Amino acid sequence: MEIPVATNGMEVVYRKPSTLTETPFHYCPGCGHGVAHRLLMEVVEEMGIQEKTIGVAPVGCSVFAYHYMNIDMQEAAHGRACAVATGIKRVMPDRFVFSYQGDGDLAAIGTGETIHTVNRGENILVVFINNAIYGMTGGQMAPTTLLGMVTSTTPYGREQPVMGFPLKITDLIAQLPGSYYVTRQAVHTPATVRKTKKAFRTAFEYQQHKKGTCFVEVVSNCPSGWKMTPVESNEWMEKNMFPAYPLGDLKVPHPILSQV
Amino acid sequence: MSTEPEKPRMMKGNEALAEAAIRAGLQAYFGYPITPQSEILEYFTVEMPKRGGVALQAESELAAINMVYGAAAAGARAMTSSSSPGISLMQEGLSYMASAQLPCLVVNVSRGGPGLGTIQPAQSDYFQATKGGGHGDYHLIVLAPSTVQEMADFVFDAFRLAERYRNPAMILADGALGQMMEKVVLPPEGSLPRTEKPWATTGKPPWRERNYITSLYIEPDEMEGINLQLQKKYAEMQKEVRYQEVDTDDAEILVVAFGLAARIAQNAMEQARERGIKVGLLRPITLYPFPHEAIGNLTRNVVSVLVVEMNAGQMVEDVRLAVNGRRPVHFKGRMGGVIPSPEEVLEAIESVAESYRIPQE
Repeated sequence: MEIPVATNGMEVVYRKPSTLTETPFHYCPGCGHGVAHRLLMEVVEEMGIQEKTIGVAPVGCSVFAYHYMNIDMQEAAHGRACAVATGIKRVMPDRFVFSYQGDGDLAAIGTGETIHTVNRGENILVVFINNAIYGMTGGQMAPTTLLGMVTSTTPYGREQPVMGFPLKITDLIAQLPGSYYVTRQAVHTPATVRKTKKAFRTAFEYQQHKKGTCFVEVVSNCPSGWKMTPVESNEWMEKNMFPAYPLGDLKVPHPILSQV
Repeated sequence: MSTEPEKPRMMKGNEALAEAAIRAGLQAYFGYPITPQSEILEYFTVEMPKRGGVALQAESELAAINMVYGAAAAGARAMTSSSSPGISLMQEGLSYMASAQLPCLVVNVSRGGPGLGTIQPAQSDYFQATKGGGHGDYHLIVLAPSTVQEMADFVFDAFRLAERYRNPAMILADGALGQMMEKVVLPPEGSLPRTEKPWATTGKPPWRERNYITSLYIEPDEMEGINLQLQKKYAEMQKEVRYQEVDTDDAEILVVAFGLAARIAQNAMEQARERGIKVGLLRPITLYPFPHEAIGNLTRNVVSVLVVEMNAGQMVEDVRLAVNGRRPVHFKGRMGGVIPSPEEVLEAIESVAESYRIPQE
């Protein structure tokens, strides 16, 4: 339902895209999920592909993504979003298919599905939200949790001899011949928001031309899980997450190849 | 198109099943190699590209069943196949599909277990197949073929039932049925009409609300509602029960067996009849829904019941429930991939007959 707003002849320059439902986000204040959802849905609206887009929601904080995104969606079992997306894309190759997954879903329990889906070069977009923690279950260690980072299951900080290293799965993905476009972005400032939106758009455009898997990592925060205010969490992210997960493109198509 | 039935041909059970699936309008197959059913995957990777379908070798059974989930939820007629250890890996996906009410076909060409077990045929996955298998209150529709012909025919029945009830269906065969060659008349291509699937996620057009497929209902009332809906569906499914009776009219001993065990039991029965023992067979064709009523009714006219299985005694529990204490229920089983011989089943029949002193003419 459209909320009537008296614009008195003024031009509407900002509004909720029709590709988002009226359901308010349940995300914690300051969380990056809401922005990432919106950007993805803005791109779907702007490209006019709502009718041809099918999304796959993960298990994790964004498990209810299908309540917010006004498109056909499937909710996958934990870690299986890439396999589910493969099943959709194989039977409907002309549709735009994406999975939206967190770090635990994509890089721990679903590592096998993620790697093999990209290695097959499935023509899908994988959106990977990396906030280095299991938010929904209460802040446990994720595969991407930084060394020394305190979580509810690394109460003394993540120690390498016990829990190994943070998994830089996006770097791994970029090495696979099946991946076509791999980039790492953020959504905590106007500049990063614009870049992430552009990355989503680029990925969908490549998908149209069946170029292989596009993989967009969004380095994000978790104010609740990190036990910080939203502002503190963004500062902490810049100071600690970005050095470990530097923003930028990890794999871009060859300039000639990318001409579509 | 000719309406004449095709000529019989000799085929392996696994290949007959795969060919039948293509003729049943299969759109997508996802699978992973495992003995004794790898011919199914191989057959599809040869045939599906030629016949306009999808065949994909997944990186695991876990991935395969979730690819089936994605394809089925997008409205495609989809299936997977595996053998016992691989079917165990698929249980998560099956629970999700049962909850999300997605039709699909899963074939279990089962082998002896537990664990990695053996590659020889067994029926020790009966509990897993008929009682749900994964977490939560749900059932699969389960069909148990006993011939290569049924390996082919039941694909059609399985898809028909799966789509009618929006529920995963399983064909529970075994390694022998998968590997053996028999005469089979294949059903004609295109004889299974497509079902309307207005719930499928095919992309949201402006004229309808978005479709989403999920098995998550956080509110207990809502989750109970889904469960009530499922239970209502399972109650309706009971009318789909199928079984075969052989020589039950005058039977004093009722043998109950499914799949390969039923064929062995039938051979033993013929020998027992020659020795004057009045023995009949009930072969459940649907293991879920189970022919409780038919067994209950037959029990009234027999002296004793003998259940023959290739396991430690699984279906016998359902038979006991059906018999409900009215008659003694005996069990003869072999485990771990050992196929019982007709002679040892005959011995079991004779021992039952002896113990109840049925007059032998």
